[in-house]
Amino acid sequence: MNWILGDNINTDLITPGRYNTTTDPKELAKIAFIEYRPEFAKNVKKGDFIIAGNNFGCGSSRETAVVAIQTSGISILIAKSFARIFYRNCINQGLLAITADTTNIDPDDKLKINFKKSLLINVTKNKKTKVTIPNLMIPLHKEGGIIPYLEKHGLESISTLFKI
Amino acid sequence: MGQTIAEKIFSKHSGKKVNVGDYIIADLDLVMAHDTTCAWAIDPFYRIAKKVWDNSKIFIPFDHAYPAPNIQMAKLQTKIRKFAKDQGIPITTDGVCHQLLAEMYINPGNLILGADSHTPTGGGLGALTIGVGSTDAAIAMATGKCWFKIPQTIRVNIEGNLPKGTFAKDIILMIAKKFGPEGANYKVLEYGGNAVRSLNVSSRLTITNMSAEMGAKAAIVEPDEKTEKYLKENNRPYKFDNNKLRSDADAKYEDVFEFNVNDLVPLIAQPPDINNIAPVKEIEKKKIKVDQVFIGSCTNCRIEDLDIVYKIWKGRKLNGNTRVIITPASKKVYLQALIKGYLKSFTQMGAIIENPCCGPCLGRGGGVLDDNEVCVSTSNRNFTGRMGSPTASIYLGSPATAAATATTGFITDPRNLL
Repeated sequence: MNWILGDNINTDLITPGRYNTTTDPKELAKIAFIEYRPEFAKNVKKGDFIIAGNNFGCGSSRETAVVAIQTSGISILIAKSFARIFYRNCINQGLLAITADTTNIDPDDKLKINFKKSLLINVTKNKKTKVTIPNLMIPLHKEGGIIPYLEKHGLESISTLFKI
Repeated sequence: MGQTIAEKIFSKHSGKKVNVGDYIIADLDLVMAHDTTCAWAIDPFYRIAKKVWDNSKIFIPFDHAYPAPNIQMAKLQTKIRKFAKDQGIPITTDGVCHQLLAEMYINPGNLILGADSHTPTGGGLGALTIGVGSTDAAIAMATGKCWFKIPQTIRVNIEGNLPKGTFAKDIILMIAKKFGPEGANYKVLEYGGNAVRSLNVSSRLTITNMSAEMGAKAAIVEPDEKTEKYLKENNRPYKFDNNKLRSDADAKYEDVFEFNVNDLVPLIAQPPDINNIAPVKEIEKKKIKVDQVFIGSCTNCRIEDLDIVYKIWKGRKLNGNTRVIITPASKKVYLQALIKGYLKSFTQMGAIIENPCCGPCLGRGGGVLDDNEVCVSTSNRNFTGRMGSPTASIYLGSPATAAATATTGFITDPRNLL
């Protein structure tokens, strides 16, 4: 299913400071949206999408927000726009954070992403929307994030990754 | 084509002339990670390195929950202490990370990475100080480098003279109203104009600090004689070339905004958004009962802020129904307040003085809010649930507004008391 969220969902709503006191990803998954959407952690299923508005992930730099969402089972996060540090954290953790117009998506709509054509396909509503996915996000997603990538390819490989 | 100050600093640290949109790998002058973000940087660090690149260029302050308020935080701090010992990095417990960076480390022209969203604060000293998460901090601790996409710069000119009862906090709330929580996302906010030049470094830090609330990647004020004076006062004189550390006349900005403070009034950010701004005078009419006043955080608890609090409280009493919590921004500020007699006076009046740290700002230190409570805070975030219960309300204002409110027990315009 799609978890429909609004604009300016800040990291205090994703992993509130008072609960954000562990480095264990499984424990973090349990506190995802604990007060904002208390039913989330219990009902989220592997492969679910988060569909959000503008400025998703604003506020604190806490990377636990990304880890909590990722470990909860969410496979793809689609928002109209992302806050900068959160977006860097998604790249680094290998969570697919895709930018697209997310208006008129309902919780039960079946969604697919065509990565080659950069399209979000709403199968239920028979609608295609252009998406933005930076080149480096897909290889980092496939390798499980930037740390496994650097472990495998060496610290210098960061230059190749960013084509610098 | 000329360059902005941010583009100059990125160019100097990457060894090539940069253009907006370029990806670069830059050499860092310092990396900061604190008692929460550092904990998450340790495992990734050891997966890619054994030793940090330079242990004299890594700064680990404990401030977000120090001393540890619970076992979980104590465990995170133990983990960081072990890492710091292994790497030969001293741990600092002398105050809020951004204040300590300003007092101890940041020089004009530096490029500094901080694993904390309020890292743009340091730009008040004419440096580029950029916030990231723990993984970026781990890679930077291993390599001394970080990748960046060169951002566009928005110039913000602020002219005029601040009327009585208004301060840097009111200026940045006025700007936040205009920009909103995403208005400067990925951008550098470059502040200039007469009003900014006339502000001391402490006040400039308030403005750069809250630039994070608009999404800014960095915020910067061109360094000048006031910057030089601040560095000297902190016992670390640093020579810099004023002419080099400023934007060229033909630098390209994404946009230029003009503000004037001549008619500025005390402002307050109502929950739960930073751009939900109203004049304090208007909110005062609602007689909103305040359960807690928090004077602290990286935004506003320097000695200049406590000078204002003292001025407002002198000869008055605190309202007995409002808890008042003060966390001086650093040990230096704490000792200054001690010498000036403020700590004695504030304590006698009934205020609680906590150790220099983040305090209740992020709902972890002493001063957590209960359901439906109201807090007036000098900090930077009024998000739902930030300081405790998700049904509590957080209003953000200047130290003057907070101090005035502490005397009456309801949100109060400080001009009545100055």
